Amino acid sequence: MDIYSLTMHEIHDMLASRRAGAVELVSAFLDRIEAVDPKVKSYISTLADMALQEAKLFDSGKKDFAASPIAGVPLAIKDVICIKGTLTTCGSRILENFVPPYDGTVTTKLRDAGAIFIGKTNMDEFAMGSSTENSAFGPTRNPWDLERVPGGSSGGSAAAVAAGLCAGSLGTDTGGSIRQPASFCGVVGLKPTYGRVSRFGLVAFASSLDQIGPITRDVEDAAILLQAIAGYDRRDSTSVDLPVPDYRAALSQPIRGLRLGIPREYFIEGTSPEVLVAVRRAIDTCRDLGAQIVDVSLPHTEYGIAAYYIVAPAEASSNLARYDGVKYGLRASGAKDLMEMYRKSRSQGFGAEVKRRIMLGTYVLSAGYYDAYYKKASQVRNLIRRDFQEAFEKCDALLAPVAPIPAFKIGEKSDDPLQMYLSDVFTLPASLAGIPGLSVPCGFTSDNLPIGLQILGPHFSEELILRVAHQFEQATISEIGSRKTEVISRLA
Amino acid sequence: MNEKISKEGVRHVAKLARLELSDSEEDRMTGQMNQILGYMDKLNELDTEGISPMTHAIQVENVHRPDCVSPSLERQDALANSPETDGCNFVVPKVI
Repeated sequence: MDIYSLTMHEIHDMLASRRAGAVELVSAFLDRIEAVDPKVKSYISTLADMALQEAKLFDSGKKDFAASPIAGVPLAIKDVICIKGTLTTCGSRILENFVPPYDGTVTTKLRDAGAIFIGKTNMDEFAMGSSTENSAFGPTRNPWDLERVPGGSSGGSAAAVAAGLCAGSLGTDTGGSIRQPASFCGVVGLKPTYGRVSRFGLVAFASSLDQIGPITRDVEDAAILLQAIAGYDRRDSTSVDLPVPDYRAALSQPIRGLRLGIPREYFIEGTSPEVLVAVRRAIDTCRDLGAQIVDVSLPHTEYGIAAYYIVAPAEASSNLARYDGVKYGLRASGAKDLMEMYRKSRSQGFGAEVKRRIMLGTYVLSAGYYDAYYKKASQVRNLIRRDFQEAFEKCDALLAPVAPIPAFKIGEKSDDPLQMYLSDVFTLPASLAGIPGLSVPCGFTSDNLPIGLQILGPHFSEELILRVAHQFEQATISEIGSRKTEVISRLA
Repeated sequence: MNEKISKEGVRHVAKLARLELSDSEEDRMTGQMNQILGYMDKLNELDTEGISPMTHAIQVENVHRPDCVSPSLERQDALANSPETDGCNFVVPKVI
């Protein structure tokens, strides 16, 4: 059995029972990254020295594998999350040399739990994109088909897990950036409820939407990783002070009797027939498992794209004002005065999509346009949230596609920003409403590309959606689960 | 097509956003912003009279803490990423 296909919990069992050493394991992953990642390009940087040093502490007995279920497990972190003393670029030229002087809260929590960071993963610049083509360091490729995108913006994290280049990873999701790449790469991705995980040390894109979450090989790993990072943090005033349940313990409960809603607006024309077939089969599987399937409506779904692409750029234009070439980041040379230095530094440091969003955001917030755009979008956001509230009176969770299409070709949409935005149609509403969403593999296209099932639940219902996902995953292990790792051996 | 923003408008917004666009970037940006803002018209299909704007995904309240001194980032660490310092301060080009 090759270790690259193992889940985090299998790797941890192996380490804890001394069937492998931590140094041996970390070295094996680093070797594979060296051999395979030039094809996939999922990493921006690797942390070989730091990872091996950490691993030695376990092998010499200074650290204990029994400390937590992720002790000694090699993880990859999206390059938008700060790890003290290591490069954190956000996929941008403007932060090409940025080395954060502190750890993000999730970093601290994972460190305390004994996780070993082996690298920082590629992403769309400042997490703005749906394909990872907007990285200043070049696109990541989908391990299932190297001519296709891995999705985005957490494309590096999803591709690294899918290609067996780490045991699990963290991504971030503002409008689908965990769920969509997980779907495109055939892995599990969970966007937690807004406020479930601290954003301290996460470089901000759209602060009312950003959440950090796990991208893993199976649902149990997602539960384990969420467990490690969830909880209130006084350094993020929007994190919520609610007890963190035992996510892993919730998985084994059957879903018999649960009411699963099928939102009819997510089964629309323009969605790939192969995606629809796979998702409908997944719904049948849940019915066979004893769930009650109910038809529901989320009438404002089609307005999610317009609302999101006003709200998110508006927040981004404000958040990214901090890149001025003074305290950190790129400074253009030869400016005559301060204003010119700002303009030149920002223009040289940001890529096309980031500039576009800053421009859109600045425009919709500018005098005379605020009410027509930003206020209107915020009102529609409220309608979208109400849609979900009403739906969750009729059902416990929702089943839907993650994206209307499977992974598309590199370059296919990169010249047409609006087309790219439209591909986010099924992930944006949950982000606007702040509810948790999970993507779990539910099938393959005839071209052997993975398809994801999206499971959405009310605020703070991670236990429930993880459980539905786990039960579905276990029921389909022979037809889907067994195929998930075939890409890992193919890339060897 | 109903023009939402002119090339002059794009230039003005770029100025507000502290961005400098080349002539060809301005042309491309004007076309793309018009296309995207045109799509946003879709929101006008909805009557939102009386609907309160939602600014946060969950109910947030002001968070207060006691005002007491606690350790913060060391000056050297805070300056470490700056393109130019004099060892104690950030250095910038002449302001006035």
